[in-house]
Amino acid sequence: MRFAPHTNDDVARMLEAIGLPSVDRLFEQIPQTVRLHGELDLPEGVSEMEILTDLEGLAGRNRSAEDLVCFAGGGAYDHYVPAVVWALAGRSEFYTSYTPYQPELSQGVLQALFEYQSMICELTGLEVSNASLYDGATALAEAVNLARSAPGRDRVLVSGGVDPRYVETLVTYGRGAGYEPETFEVVDGRGGEPQVGEDVACLVVQHPNVYGLLEPARELFGAAHAGGARAIQVFDPLSLGMLAPPGDLRADIAVAEGQVLGNHLNHGGPYLGVIATRLDDVRRLPGRIVGETVDVDGRTGYVLTLQAREQHIRREKATSNICTNQTLMAIAATVYLGWLGPEGLEELGRRCASKAAYAADRLTEVEGVELLFGDAPFFKEFPLRLSKPAEQVRDALIDRGFLPGIALPDADGHALLVAVTERRTREEIDGLAMALKEVLA
Amino acid sequence: MSDPDVGAPLGRVGAPVRTQGPVGDSATLRDRSRPGRRAYSLPPLDVPEAPVAAEHARSERAGLPEVAERDLVSHYTRLSQRNYGVDTGFYPLGSCSMKYNPKIAENAAQLAGFQRVHPNQPDHTVQGSLELLWRLEHALCEITGMTRATLQPPAGACGELTGLLIMRAHHERQGRQRRRVAIPDSAHGTNPASVRLAGYEAMKVPSDARGLVDVGALEKLVDEDVAGLMLTNPNTLGLFEEEIQRITEVVHEIGGLVYYDGANLNAILGRCRPGDMGFDIVHINTHKTFATPHGGGGPGAGPVGVTETLVPYLPVPRVERREDGAFRLESGFPDSIGRMHGFLGNFGVLVRAYAYVFLHGRDGLKEVAERAVLNANYLAERVKGAFPLEHPDGRPMHEFVATARRLKEETGIRAMDVAKRVIDLGYHPSTVYFPLVVEEAMMVEPTETETMESLDAFAEALLRAHQEAHRDPDILHEAPVTTPVRRLDEARAARHLKLRW
Repeated sequence: MRFAPHTNDDVARMLEAIGLPSVDRLFEQIPQTVRLHGELDLPEGVSEMEILTDLEGLAGRNRSAEDLVCFAGGGAYDHYVPAVVWALAGRSEFYTSYTPYQPELSQGVLQALFEYQSMICELTGLEVSNASLYDGATALAEAVNLARSAPGRDRVLVSGGVDPRYVETLVTYGRGAGYEPETFEVVDGRGGEPQVGEDVACLVVQHPNVYGLLEPARELFGAAHAGGARAIQVFDPLSLGMLAPPGDLRADIAVAEGQVLGNHLNHGGPYLGVIATRLDDVRRLPGRIVGETVDVDGRTGYVLTLQAREQHIRREKATSNICTNQTLMAIAATVYLGWLGPEGLEELGRRCASKAAYAADRLTEVEGVELLFGDAPFFKEFPLRLSKPAEQVRDALIDRGFLPGIALPDADGHALLVAVTERRTREEIDGLAMALKEVLA
Repeated sequence: MSDPDVGAPLGRVGAPVRTQGPVGDSATLRDRSRPGRRAYSLPPLDVPEAPVAAEHARSERAGLPEVAERDLVSHYTRLSQRNYGVDTGFYPLGSCSMKYNPKIAENAAQLAGFQRVHPNQPDHTVQGSLELLWRLEHALCEITGMTRATLQPPAGACGELTGLLIMRAHHERQGRQRRRVAIPDSAHGTNPASVRLAGYEAMKVPSDARGLVDVGALEKLVDEDVAGLMLTNPNTLGLFEEEIQRITEVVHEIGGLVYYDGANLNAILGRCRPGDMGFDIVHINTHKTFATPHGGGGPGAGPVGVTETLVPYLPVPRVERREDGAFRLESGFPDSIGRMHGFLGNFGVLVRAYAYVFLHGRDGLKEVAERAVLNANYLAERVKGAFPLEHPDGRPMHEFVATARRLKEETGIRAMDVAKRVIDLGYHPSTVYFPLVVEEAMMVEPTETETMESLDAFAEALLRAHQEAHRDPDILHEAPVTTPVRRLDEARAARHLKLRW
């Protein structure tokens, strides 16, 4: 299958216009010594039907939330994606366009991103959002870079309740930026006592945290501020119908995995990196930012703005190297938040929290199951301690049609993290409890 | 050249339509909001309601718009109509390879067996995904001449950082701390920005009169403080670095590594490979070379391939194949630079890239490069009388850099004015003012998926704009006039920040 439209006659006429006898002559400036003699060791091209058969075969060898009842979380969640989201974000005028370098031809994407930024501000209670980053983990790395701008403050303190994948990403980015994140321990899954000295740039807290537990975020952020450091919160956008937003908790920078906002699970990507902060930081904020302005006739329009922060102007002095971001996922998030509205956001949060509470009750009724951290409060996800190794229990439950959660290394490998979204029914939760009982018996 | 007034279809075929929303042309979704309207629906709560403790509860509802689903659909449909994509029309944005995005790749990525896979599922339940990643990794290595690759970076710039961190890890392992990375003066801005993020200083390498790396200058510049060189080939001027082997040798002689920025890989598919030119690290932009849609700014994917010596430093987790043929994710590589993304990267984008690579196969990929270079050379030939090539002696590859310098001297009309006029004539313009080293640059990349007729029509549009610049320059100063908004006040946007409603 090929998409180049040229007929043999076209090729001949074009070569004639260029004044060359053959296509090979177009490549003659490539030295003989570096040319590929022979062909790439790849199969011949195939038809559309054949590639589809191949890909359906591969997809068919995956299990997924399509055939397993999904209680897995840990940073990606099986929330319902309403039909309207991709009917709109999937319009090809959006998805086949490039970064809006010509604003007159790109008002659709630009306005959608302006609305996205507005909705993220409404959601978080913070003053400014960019137009997206890659995902939650890399958004945290960018937030830490932003927070490390104060001279003499280099250290990065991270709560033990932050997702280890996020910390690993920070470690990688820190190799170039010149820091190593330091973890302070949580006590019974949350809290802890960070020592925020004068050399600390920022304190990172995830709330709800990696165990799904609610953190004493106000106290932790207060400790950060008392030591003169920035408070960075990793949050769950869909918790914010129920939970106090980062702005109210006095976070300075908030970052999130935006997958939950209308994006499919997609085996881990493409997802959406959300970042919001206070207006004072806008000139250090990484990535694209859309601003409102007027055209020569005074009509309202939108442009990429504050570009002097960015790599294509500032080059080595840019606040970040990000160029391509996750615009399409941000558009999906905008449509999704428009679909939910303020009431839907709250109702959806209530369903997640209520079903998670119900699931915790039912599952801990099973012999050999208890909450890992007793009665610590949680939102839509909670950790269990099982009487058998969690990986073994998980695999046995997969055989029974459930993806019961994520096996954690805690409790000597006997911990299972269970997430419950609005999609899970009482029947499915009861079913999981029954299956767990069989497996642990 | 023919009379532009009777040229091929110079219509407004491609320009976004102007539509009127019920509450004004520039209304946001919030302007449509009315208290009590709603789009969402959820099943009844089938378990007891569980309250959130007061200390954690939100005190007032988030200020999101309240609209009906029908409003939502009309609003974003209208916005989509105010946007121009490859599906709308010709999009010769240089350096971005805006080729046709195959629909079958979209369908493939939407298969439930990909779309609904949770990233924390155990390996034995995702063998199809892992095999896809394995096959794609090896195909990309074959295409670029590398040994192994990571598919984790979610965009090209992240790929650059990944490659540079690998470079850093390599030098650390050798016990040689180096401080600088050399970059040609024509490089994309992400290169120096990534260099700094990797903890290095950027060092500029000058171009010679032909628009190629000045090898003599490079030889003098590099010393044992230089960790490596970043280069695109064909370079940012669309020209093949003919002395590429000497360039990579010069860097290797001082113990440096050579990094291939894959922005222009489309030009050489199946013809030559970065690995055979002496490159050690390669990143690929799947949204350029392999037609994954760019989504109005993203998502992308920026796989990074490396030579055998550098394999230990690749990010984790990696997809490995066991002896029994099963695939698994492995993280136990002590020299790895670590994790570059929360999960496995932009998997859904990689599915599309896989579909593209294997649809084309070895024969099709080679044809992609041939037709891309043919189209660029043909279009350059058609317009160079009005807009001369910056380096007329070099043979352009998949794109060419022309300049409006002469037009500006003669008429005061600048490359940006030409671009805006081209919009009124129904097309997305080329990249302008990049590369920065070329005055009044117009960087044109037609890609392989355009017909000769569309190239002719676009050439007519450029030539017409050129004539108008001499005859009636106000047409260009005023342009565009057919779009939903006209030229926007960018200075005002930066001065009076309005970044949210």
